[in-house]
Amino acid sequence: MAVAEVELPAAVDEGPTAAERFLAGILPENPVFRQLLGMCPTLAVTAAMKPALTMVAATAFVLISANVLVSLIRGLLKPHLRILVFTLTIATFVTIADRLLAAFLYPMSVALGPYVPLIIVNCIIIARCEVCGSKQGPGRAFADAVGNSLGFLLALGSVATVREILGMGTWFGLPVLPEMIPRWVVMVMPPGAFLALGLLLGLANWLEARRARRALRVEG
Amino acid sequence: MELFADLLLIAVGAALINNFVLSYFVGICPFLGVSRKIDTALGMGLAVTFVITVAGFLSWTLTEFVLRPGAPLASAVWRMLGGEGGADLSVLSYIAYIFVIAASVQFVEMYVKKFFPPLYKSFGVFLPLITTNCAILFACLLIMKEVVGGNWGLAESLTLPIFGGLGFTLAIVLMAGIRVELDLADVPKPLRGAPIAMLTAAILALAFLGFTGMGASLKQALTPAAAEPPAAVAAVEVQR
Repeated sequence: MAVAEVELPAAVDEGPTAAERFLAGILPENPVFRQLLGMCPTLAVTAAMKPALTMVAATAFVLISANVLVSLIRGLLKPHLRILVFTLTIATFVTIADRLLAAFLYPMSVALGPYVPLIIVNCIIIARCEVCGSKQGPGRAFADAVGNSLGFLLALGSVATVREILGMGTWFGLPVLPEMIPRWVVMVMPPGAFLALGLLLGLANWLEARRARRALRVEG
Repeated sequence: MELFADLLLIAVGAALINNFVLSYFVGICPFLGVSRKIDTALGMGLAVTFVITVAGFLSWTLTEFVLRPGAPLASAVWRMLGGEGGADLSVLSYIAYIFVIAASVQFVEMYVKKFFPPLYKSFGVFLPLITTNCAILFACLLIMKEVVGGNWGLAESLTLPIFGGLGFTLAIVLMAGIRVELDLADVPKPLRGAPIAMLTAAILALAFLGFTGMGASLKQALTPAAAEPPAAVAAVEVQR
């Protein structure tokens, strides 16, 4: 196969191992909470759990495919054309994901609207292609993409959980809050998205600071 | 008059009622990244407005003549190659738009570098990042949807990006004004930086939510005929 011929020798596989890449993507370097990437979908599609999870699935498909493909062709990349190649690879996979959604989950595809094609400009994917895909082998790129997808799932899931429960009293459409508790309709509207994400970012910062303090105390 | 009313509705809708940043959440990166000083924010907003207008014009041209089902240019080529009926290249639209956007950003970058060097320096890395600014792709996608649906011509397709861009400028300048003041405030430590900016944006979005009712009343004021819709139209409205 043509792709196998351009594969560089194993010596290039330096840097973090697959397991390290996988774990870093979930919490320590969570793409949304720690790196502030991919804010647009995190705010836009998190009014309820179902669209949020569909979005995560579509993004994960594109992220994994693009990262592995970029890793396979990394020997061919020219430095100045690299970003263009990433973008075109991503745009191709996004078109596939968009067509698949429209074919099998049509109501969801309508509900997500332009936010599915907007996966093309999701900075998480370009960042992963740049940091991992263009430098390491396909196995590590795959682990890296899966870890970051899980991190993205964690972020979107937590924001959507807060917004759906407070805003509509449901989770995945199932009622969880008793009728007597008033619904905060503003949480499913645009301001609620900023509010929920802002407070969750603050919470993430606070937890990280506390963990760092404890680690310091154990050492000292 | 009809066209003017339509354009005014699109303009107010794009700039205020459905503000790109505060209601559609596109363009959050520069909204948080370049909103520390008012003049930089204004420059960024105007650069985005310019790029979005160029990209909107190009995307209308592409959609109308090449990409939409049965587009004249694509169909002509298709028939020349011996195909039958009209061609439908809409599956290529995302790739085509990304190309168009990257090209217009390159163009703006060269222009700003040549004629406004201080502005170019203050933008830093954010100017090339306009390529991955979702606001621009978002405007292209909205235009594509309406053009393919046969609702919009060139005038509408230019109004949306211009006023969407101005709405973005308004939001980012307001945000910068607030953040300048916020530097003097004593913010709890975990909330410093991005979280407090998000909370500020939440209050700003709440304020912009106040424009929601404006669309319907403006429509009524502009088109007196629409105030009393014919019985058939009213019935359809009720069914929805």
